[in-house]
Amino acid sequence: MPVRNMIDSIRDAIDVAMAEDERVLVLGEDVGVRGGVFQATKGLLEKYGEQRVIDSPLAESSIVGVAIGMALEGLHPIAEIQFADFILPAVNQIISEAAKMRYRSYNDYSAPIVIRAPFGGGVHGGLYHSQSNETIFMHCPGLKMVIPSTPYDAKGLLLSAIADPDPVMFYEHKRLYRLIKEEVPDGRYTVPIGQAKVVRPGRDLTIVSYGLMVHFALEAASALAAAGVEAEVIDLRTLVPLDQDTVLSSVRKTKRAMVVYEANRTMGPGAEVAALIAEQALFDLDAPVGRVAGLDIPAMPYNHVQEEFFLPSPDKIAKAAQELVAS
Amino acid sequence: MAKTQPKAPQGLSQDGLVQIYKDMLVARLLDERMWTLNRIGKAPFVISCQGQEASQVGWSAALRPDDVVVPYYRDLGVAIQRGMTVAELMLAFFGKEGDPNSNGRQMPGHFGCKRLNMVSGSSVVIVQMLHAVGVAYAMKMRGQDRVAAVAFGEGSTAGGDFHEALNWASIYRLPVLFVCENNGYAISVPQHREMAIENVSDRAGAYDMAGVTVDGNDVLAVYEAALEAVERGRRGEGATLLELKTYRVVPHSSDDDDRVYRSREEVEAWKGRDPIARYRQTLTEMGLWDEGRDQAFRTETQSEIEAAVTAAEAAPFPDAKDALRFVYAEEGQN
Repeated sequence: MPVRNMIDSIRDAIDVAMAEDERVLVLGEDVGVRGGVFQATKGLLEKYGEQRVIDSPLAESSIVGVAIGMALEGLHPIAEIQFADFILPAVNQIISEAAKMRYRSYNDYSAPIVIRAPFGGGVHGGLYHSQSNETIFMHCPGLKMVIPSTPYDAKGLLLSAIADPDPVMFYEHKRLYRLIKEEVPDGRYTVPIGQAKVVRPGRDLTIVSYGLMVHFALEAASALAAAGVEAEVIDLRTLVPLDQDTVLSSVRKTKRAMVVYEANRTMGPGAEVAALIAEQALFDLDAPVGRVAGLDIPAMPYNHVQEEFFLPSPDKIAKAAQELVAS
Repeated sequence: MAKTQPKAPQGLSQDGLVQIYKDMLVARLLDERMWTLNRIGKAPFVISCQGQEASQVGWSAALRPDDVVVPYYRDLGVAIQRGMTVAELMLAFFGKEGDPNSNGRQMPGHFGCKRLNMVSGSSVVIVQMLHAVGVAYAMKMRGQDRVAAVAFGEGSTAGGDFHEALNWASIYRLPVLFVCENNGYAISVPQHREMAIENVSDRAGAYDMAGVTVDGNDVLAVYEAALEAVERGRRGEGATLLELKTYRVVPHSSDDDDRVYRSREEVEAWKGRDPIARYRQTLTEMGLWDEGRDQAFRTETQSEIEAAVTAAEAAPFPDAKDALRFVYAEEGQN
């Protein structure tokens, strides 16, 4: 079986979808000749031509707005936003338009588009190439939010997203693009949207995470194991819809939970997961739900000292886990 | 000296000419009835087409049923021209079950219906221009001779999506009819505070695109200009920015008071240039209409409207829990 990193598996998913279905196309900044700044669409222009691999003008609102129009007419556009930090001009199109098209037309129209965006930090991207702004879209019914953490899941989830009848936000952690490789089958397979995965079983606490932080949590779990603490690590894979059952059944077993994410700590995914646990499993808990997250400052600074200060790390996660288990 | 008989534009039969008048008049009478229903407390909101009927029916009539229209919230005349019925529009007005636009979810005036190839819109302005561009891209990619037409007010052309849409359409020479219904006001702000130029269509030149301004209260001029633009699109010669100079003779909405921002003299002057009276005169001169037919059609329309009011008032509201449907596709649906 071929071994692929995440960027290769994402390109492969797009390639598979475009080969199978003429209605699938990609549009975004530099996705054509350049093959995308991260090379997610490399080679697709040569293979599928200019009509289906569209170098868009440098205007994010138009990338999403035009994609919505294409979808209204039966195409399946995959829109690339070059960095999640630059998605904000398109938020009106995403939230006011794509997310509400089916709802406001009482199912007459829909906007089945996929919006791919590299997010996350730890790559010296500074304030505007490091953000984790997924929370914006998690608050908008009508959208789905998918965040893979492995090459295998990235391909399978992206193929699910392209086939999905509703708009899907597909956030890819840019530091994961080339960080890990694993076996990724050729051809079509899917990973369903809405299913979390227990990526390491354990009995002493549950660490709920997604994206790059899953790998930090796994590193922390190895360190904790050496100290006799067995952490169960859950990769959410999909933030909307959230797989409540996987989270709750783990927490009911371990009695302790923490949420690890790179987005700003306050009002984010940690709050939602903690609220879920409080509502459904409060009396199973032996300790309050913990959060290890990005700082509540506007964005991640460029210099590496403050970048590391901003980000959760395996050490920070392990330390917080030990405190949680001791409480 | 005998007056020159007005000339009918190409592509319009005598029935077609009369139908345009009927659609304009139905829009006006329906709109007026919505205001009285609002003022007696029967419905929370009206947003009006009054004064803009020639613009709306005129551009809409230049399209085929298989074209796609993306209207804005004032386009009651477009909805009627595309074939939405008075009964359906009254259900929408009251937010009742069976409203084909949104089943009572959206405020009145937010038209959209797949049966009529009329895309659903929001209250957010100018965003819809990009949807028309995407629709037209798909049409062109498939080698079809269809076009997408999108309407908006002149106020919203200040927004960024206006530029982004014209830019895309011109890069790919897409079959889009961009219709600016210029009524002179963005709610209370007059055109000279919205832009420094006289004609919105002058901007077309910056996109290497055809830009045309016509009298939006002259329905046949509107129709002819729109038809020319549509045919340009069908021939693969790209988009047109068509500006229709018109006037909204009532406040922005039932919650607006236009006395604070424009004089009664100005409004009365525009009422004197009423597009419906003007077109009735044209049809009369063509020998296609007369006072008797006018009275008969008005009576018939008023009865249709009253029947629609009665039916819509009696119709149920959607069930509360129906609000939970169609957030996403339902199981088994694509």
